[in-house]
Amino acid sequence: MTLLKFWQRLVQTARLSCGVPDYDVYVAHLRAHHPERKIPTYAEFFRDRQTARYKGTGGRCC
Amino acid sequence: MATAAMKPAGIAGKIVWAVIAAIGAACLAVIALRRGEPVNAIWLVAAAAAIFLIGYRFYGKFIEHRVLQMDPSRAPPSVLRNDGLDYVPTDKWVVFGHHFAAIAGAGPLVGPVLAAQMGYLPGTLWILFGVVLGGAVQDFMVLGLSVRRDARSLGHMLREELGALAGVVAMFGLLTLMMIVLAVLALVVVKALTHSPWGTFSVACTIPIALLMGIYLRWLRPGRILEVSLIGLVLLITSIAYGAHVAASPDLAKLFDFDAKSLAWLLIAYGFCASVLPVWLLLAPRDYLSTFLKIGTIFLLAIAIIFAAPQLQMPAVSRFIDGTGPVFQGQLFPFLFITIACGAVSGWHSIIASGTTPKLLSNEGEARMVGYGGMLMEAFVAIMALIAAASLHPGVYFAMNSPSALIGTTVEHAASTISQWGFVVTPDELTRTAKDIGETSILSRAGGAPTLAVGMAQLLHNILPGEGMVAFWYHYAILFEALFILTTVDAGTRVGRFMIQEIAGLVYAPLKSTESWIGNVLATSVCVGLWGYFLYQGAVDPLGGINTLWPLFGIANQMLAAIALMLATVVTVKLKRQRYAWVPGIPALWLVTCTLTAGFEKVIGPISFTAAAQKYTQALQDGKLLAPAKSLEEMQRIITNNRVDATLTMIFILLVVTMLCFSLYGIVKALRSNAPTAQEAPRVALASVTASRST
Repeated sequence: MTLLKFWQRLVQTARLSCGVPDYDVYVAHLRAHHPERKIPTYAEFFRDRQTARYKGTGGRCC
Repeated sequence: MATAAMKPAGIAGKIVWAVIAAIGAACLAVIALRRGEPVNAIWLVAAAAAIFLIGYRFYGKFIEHRVLQMDPSRAPPSVLRNDGLDYVPTDKWVVFGHHFAAIAGAGPLVGPVLAAQMGYLPGTLWILFGVVLGGAVQDFMVLGLSVRRDARSLGHMLREELGALAGVVAMFGLLTLMMIVLAVLALVVVKALTHSPWGTFSVACTIPIALLMGIYLRWLRPGRILEVSLIGLVLLITSIAYGAHVAASPDLAKLFDFDAKSLAWLLIAYGFCASVLPVWLLLAPRDYLSTFLKIGTIFLLAIAIIFAAPQLQMPAVSRFIDGTGPVFQGQLFPFLFITIACGAVSGWHSIIASGTTPKLLSNEGEARMVGYGGMLMEAFVAIMALIAAASLHPGVYFAMNSPSALIGTTVEHAASTISQWGFVVTPDELTRTAKDIGETSILSRAGGAPTLAVGMAQLLHNILPGEGMVAFWYHYAILFEALFILTTVDAGTRVGRFMIQEIAGLVYAPLKSTESWIGNVLATSVCVGLWGYFLYQGAVDPLGGINTLWPLFGIANQMLAAIALMLATVVTVKLKRQRYAWVPGIPALWLVTCTLTAGFEKVIGPISFTAAAQKYTQALQDGKLLAPAKSLEEMQRIITNNRVDATLTMIFILLVVTMLCFSLYGIVKALRSNAPTAQEAPRVALASVTASRST
């Protein structure tokens, strides 16, 4: 159980490092606060975040 | 009862910290005082660990409670503006990992390697104390300030706290800094790949591999980043292994054998394409691959150092502290302090610490771990790079890092010159090292990456012996550095492009639209042209380019750090906590002193760009050719380049002085006011937000 949790955290960190936040958290947020909006599939969510990452806020170091 | 139960733990804690302090002091004493016999790298690792632990526990905590007054019961931006996307309260380890992945780059791997020419001690001391008292303070304080201001960016905070004009000046400095960073990093790649078919082949392979990954991620298995990165990694390793065949076959080797000039043009063309193409096709997949490879390789290096436990062969302090060193010119002060920027203090981090990280922090009480702790980790990487360089044979180190203008182009000439400097080496040793790593020559491969790669290859070979493995590990290390440098170049070009479009939009509005193809191509060309100019200049530079460009980069990076620390000082005073103003104030003053001194020495005096320009102008008037220029045109070009560099340095000096004036003005104004004047967002209790959410 803790190992599974550790792995999930690791995946979450790895994805976040690539500019992709947690999908489940986003879906939960939409359900709770914006029930009228359509819930994107993971693929749609991923594409949206991929474009957003390189919009020009300089997210890395030398 | 509770206090009684606390007390024994307190005493035990004190004993533990006293022991750590004693270990740290003992290790430092060994490193600093032992002369004549080589020191084992483990002493250095242990000293660093002890100092970082103490710095984190005591100084970090002091800043947290007294200077920033972080309040765990206050709602951070991630809670207040939670949108499930950008602002999300996130587990502290996840934030830490993300933050470290964003700040770790090529910088801490290059600077310490170059600084090793002065011996390992000066660089080590600067990294250890620079990070605890300066670098980590900067990262932590900027993060703390941003968390209190709705996760605003550095530029935004500068505008709010120091005034609109100060913000514009700082942003202009940022754009210039970025162009220099991109040029110097691209030059590191050029230096590593010059006449290296094996290296060039494997780096070139990353392009089709990335395209493949991009298509896979877009159409076949959308969003499966880890899966596709593993496939990419396997393909990369295959391409490194196959590179040996390419290098061995004369027909194939010819296709991937380039001189510095052609490589510079190739990189410029590549940077343009990568920035204009859709991100999912090339840029993003390379980014994923490089992020994971970077973290993996840092771990690999750490394991290699701990298990191989190499002896440091470089002297503790070399004779080159007098400023006559071949790798970079200039005396210990101020040039050591600008040569090692990332790893000790890095201005770039202030952008990241006021970027994504403050939007993710779920509690102010976690800021120390992420901001201060993250930077200490980066300093550890710098220490490891220094160990890798210092554990090399000093003769090999100087052969790799000295320009050909000094050591010539044959192993015999290089060996005799370097032996005269006091680092005895035979031509045979230089040839053998080149052969071991699968290259034809190791001479004048400045820029840090190849030196680190040789050091790393030898360390890894110590723990994983095998026929031909040194060559494999060498090219692995080169590939990994090239990969993440090129990712920085791509992403940086894009960011630069948006900044330029923003500026151009002020003059002619339609250019601002990032969807417009004309605006896109124009701004990208300008951006690539700017860094490309400096890259090309470095590639044809007689002194090897790194020699010229690295000080410019160091000055620019430390200038940004000075600006961030000055902001922190002003805000501390504005909050009426002026008795703690020395915490960011002292490192800020130190960096201002270093950048200004280095700047002046590069504008006026014997090692300045101006002096170099004059020397060539004089020769031109006398109708003489000065080596390595082979024609009058080349003479003219060297003169122009030096004048451009001198002008740029003057701009940096002006920037630092202007920002210093703005800061002093801000401090005086804040001292005169009776009430706090900082622009913090109003306090909202964390409990009230979580309570309203759960109902």
